[in-house]
Amino acid sequence: MNTDTHAAHADHHHHGDGHAHGTFSTYLLGFVLSVVLTAIPFWLVMSGALPSKQITALVIMAFAVVQIVVHMIYFLHMNTTSENGWSMMALIFTIVMVVIALSGSLWVMSHLNSNMMPMHQMSGMN
Amino acid sequence: MTVAVNPSQTGEPLFYLADEHPHPEGWSTALGFWIYLMSDCLIFAILFATYGVLGGNYAAGPAPKDLFDLNLVAVNTSMLLLSSITYGFAMLTMQQNEVAQTQVWLAITGLFGLAFIGIELFEFAHMIHEGATPQRSAFLSAFFTLVGTHGLHVSCGLIWLVTLMVQVQKFGLIEANRRRLMCLSMFWHFLDVVWIGVFTFVYLLGVLR
Repeated sequence: MNTDTHAAHADHHHHGDGHAHGTFSTYLLGFVLSVVLTAIPFWLVMSGALPSKQITALVIMAFAVVQIVVHMIYFLHMNTTSENGWSMMALIFTIVMVVIALSGSLWVMSHLNSNMMPMHQMSGMN
Repeated sequence: MTVAVNPSQTGEPLFYLADEHPHPEGWSTALGFWIYLMSDCLIFAILFATYGVLGGNYAAGPAPKDLFDLNLVAVNTSMLLLSSITYGFAMLTMQQNEVAQTQVWLAITGLFGLAFIGIELFEFAHMIHEGATPQRSAFLSAFFTLVGTHGLHVSCGLIWLVTLMVQVQKFGLIEANRRRLMCLSMFWHFLDVVWIGVFTFVYLLGVLR
């Protein structure tokens, strides 16, 4: 954020840190959404409401992703304009790194596991 | 910084700075702190990846289903979620220059954070008492490293919170303290985001497995 808009910004708010802020209603909305998005996955797992474990797993992962986005917007005040878009750039870069690290590790290691000789066959060989 | 040379001048060359102009103190703190949080995010990503790879290796020891009490985790999650909204209220009262109210909300946030750490330590102590120590299996090593690192972050956040409360008490809501409170706000909400990953991938998916 450059100094000109910084000064204009400070005129109508009495803060000057150049960062987006929430209001009472956005914080409350974020909180209510988080509570709902937390309660549903817990309920799904604890009650076993869905027929298959696979579907339950996919649904709760989807809820986690949505809740992370909710936290980013309502609590961390992420948007494309703060810091001239650099915080969003850093976030996108980090997400790319996280996806590569996570999916790469899981993919490589699961292949390694399935291509390794199973333990019971190995013990039968000696 | 760009240094340019003007060769058309007779005699000695003229150097000037093309890009530098004065900035107010702390103008880049928010972005810098955000980049720190992103690097922290990578630490957690690696710990999640480790847990994802090793999470099924029980070494004939206890599995998530035998160890995790989802009721306790739900209480713990609500503690962290409540501390997030109370920190939000602290930020709102800070914007209205209400020192006393800001302090009250910060204190409430600290209590929720303390409750979170207390419940987590109780859970760890319970698991270790049952023989589910970090040395027991690869799953437990990865579990204690991931959840423990998060807990350590929350503990550091609590120390930071108390430090800032003392600062605000001493100097009021000056510009520097507002900046510090904003950084802690990002840190605190970021830890809540990491916890979403923990309760989903470690606890819920673990019990489901």
